[in-house]
Amino acid sequence: MKIFCNGEALEIDPGIRVADYLSQLGLETSSVVVECDGKILSREEYGGHVLQDGSVLELIRFVGGG
Amino acid sequence: MLTIAGRKFRSRLFGGTGKFSSPEVMKEALAASGCEMVTVALRRVDLNNPADDIMRVLDRDRYLFLPNTSGARDADEAIRLARLARASGGGEWLKLEVTPDPRTLLPDPIETLKATEALVREGFKVLPYINADPILALRLQDAGAVAVMPLGSPIGTNQGVLTRFQIEIIIAQAQVPVIVDAGLGAPSHVAEAMEMGADAVLVNTAIAVAGDPVRMARAFALAVEAGRIAYEAGLGAVRKEAAPSSPEDGLGFLR
Amino acid sequence: MFVLPEFSALQEAISRATEAEALRALYSDRPGLAGLVALLSPAAEPHLAALAKRSAAITSRRFGRTMQMYAPVYLSSFCANRCAYCGFSADNAIERRVLSMAEAESEAMILHQRGFSHLLLVSGEAPAKVGVDYLEELALRLRDRFAALSIEVQPLATEEYARLFSAGITAVAVYQETYDREVYKKVHLAGRKADFDFRLETPARAAAAGMREVGIGALLGLADWRAEGVALGLHLAWLRRNYWRTGLTVSFPRLRPAQGEFKPLLPVSERNLSQMIFALRIFDPDVGLYLSTREEARYRDGMIGLGPTRYSAGSCTAPGGYGQADAGGEQFEVGDSRSLAEVSAAIQQKGFDPVRKDWDAVFQLPGNGQQAA
Repeated sequence: MKIFCNGEALEIDPGIRVADYLSQLGLETSSVVVECDGKILSREEYGGHVLQDGSVLELIRFVGGG
Repeated sequence: MLTIAGRKFRSRLFGGTGKFSSPEVMKEALAASGCEMVTVALRRVDLNNPADDIMRVLDRDRYLFLPNTSGARDADEAIRLARLARASGGGEWLKLEVTPDPRTLLPDPIETLKATEALVREGFKVLPYINADPILALRLQDAGAVAVMPLGSPIGTNQGVLTRFQIEIIIAQAQVPVIVDAGLGAPSHVAEAMEMGADAVLVNTAIAVAGDPVRMARAFALAVEAGRIAYEAGLGAVRKEAAPSSPEDGLGFLR
Repeated sequence: MFVLPEFSALQEAISRATEAEALRALYSDRPGLAGLVALLSPAAEPHLAALAKRSAAITSRRFGRTMQMYAPVYLSSFCANRCAYCGFSADNAIERRVLSMAEAESEAMILHQRGFSHLLLVSGEAPAKVGVDYLEELALRLRDRFAALSIEVQPLATEEYARLFSAGITAVAVYQETYDREVYKKVHLAGRKADFDFRLETPARAAAAGMREVGIGALLGLADWRAEGVALGLHLAWLRRNYWRTGLTVSFPRLRPAQGEFKPLLPVSERNLSQMIFALRIFDPDVGLYLSTREEARYRDGMIGLGPTRYSAGSCTAPGGYGQADAGGEQFEVGDSRSLAEVSAAIQQKGFDPVRKDWDAVFQLPGNGQQAA
């Protein structure tokens, strides 16, 4: 199925959970904030939230800044 | 000791984490600066480079994180970033930056006030970055900001405290700490800001792009200390007007 | 809440001030409270001329070469308080009078004719005679003809000040008389005025209600004038910090031995009064400073340009006195009895402009400038 992640359209396996997707991308859950369809997910929800077809994901993390 | 929103700081120098040549240099420079609070920004994860993570080198037990809302062009964007920052475990501290003009990166006063009011209601400890506008500083203080961060000169310009006169007014009127931020390009600039009575300063560019960032960070730390001690010790006055020629000049009417 | 240190602590700070500190304060852009203390101390006295010069320079920069003119209207000599020093004390057997609404309006119009646009409505503290209803009605009648109406009456509650502000009163003057609690107790024998703290919080209540300006002051001669000066500075600084939208003024009513039966406990000379005015001007460049007709013409003329920014003229301190030349029951004896025209001429002679009005009340929206408490 198709989702949008950080502005890019991507094909992913259906039924995948956020936590697993982050693992797939090589990201540590502790350092990433997930916004799914405009709603910020709490860390506890990563394990349970299943990505839907057409989900719009924003993966945000801290970077250097002034 | 410096207290902001109930939290004590030994160092009056705050550091920025941007523009460094590498995370390792950043880590060493921040350590050399002695700072206890650092700003960080929020950006999309680079999916092609997932391991690029500043958190690998920034110790959250050592530094209080001050997420900024850089990139926000209006209050709504800033509020969204603030909530994302809090969700990333950034705590409630927030450097509110609303900069619609990407060329000058000057802060929008109206959107900043709007965002401050909203974010204070949501429980954030808001430190708004502003132009050195004394009335705006008072309005933000009234709105519940825990500090104000007036700029010395535009971000990255390294021009020093061009806004000296207004910052003096802000310092005189403020009931919350005043942190001079942006444009501080040399240790002498931060010494000047501290001598004026600023409670703290924030430095990023000048340290990050210095020839030797680690040594420059130390220089800034020393300048902040020197400036603060000078302020507390009571600087001598500069005599602006000549003394009267005779002791009773102009007071002959007194009986 | 404004927290006032012990008067003795203020005196102690003054006693420790050095000449070097006074000179540093004199030439500093922000002398601060420590600077004010030094400028008020005996150590600063040999430099009075230099203080005058600095005060004049600051006043000129901030206010230009102008003097704001105003006149008092005494509405009532009834007073429920017994203050040892005042002609209106309930103990004194004087002719008591309260003006009717028509009489009060008539007095005000005499002043209007003379050219005044800023009035100070004064009354003894007797709410039954001059209460909020009375003041509200008078304000409504006068607001269209005067640029500014201030009141110097009994301390009121915030809501009452808000009502008066809506009616057209723009400023409130309330003097602590003395910031020395012990002396205060001794001279305020009875009446609501005996409550030191209620009075102390009054300027804040007036500011919270949205008054454009609040005036404070001490009656010089009751207690150590230098410490009164420091207390006034503290009060000013606190009001500025907490009510930054409110304009502030200080008055310097001085007890003169020759004038009343009450002898000042600690007499204040003209030199002392001048030092106090200069010190406060250097400490707070923006504060309005009143010099009333209690002082003599010679002194008032000499002080033009040196610090004060508000002068009254042709003042009468007995209710109905403008319309009735022989009206008895004055609050105090006037030292400068010249008319507005004469005082204005003296001001102009010195190269200053006597300003009749500084604002137009018509610009004021009812309820504008209200602040959160």
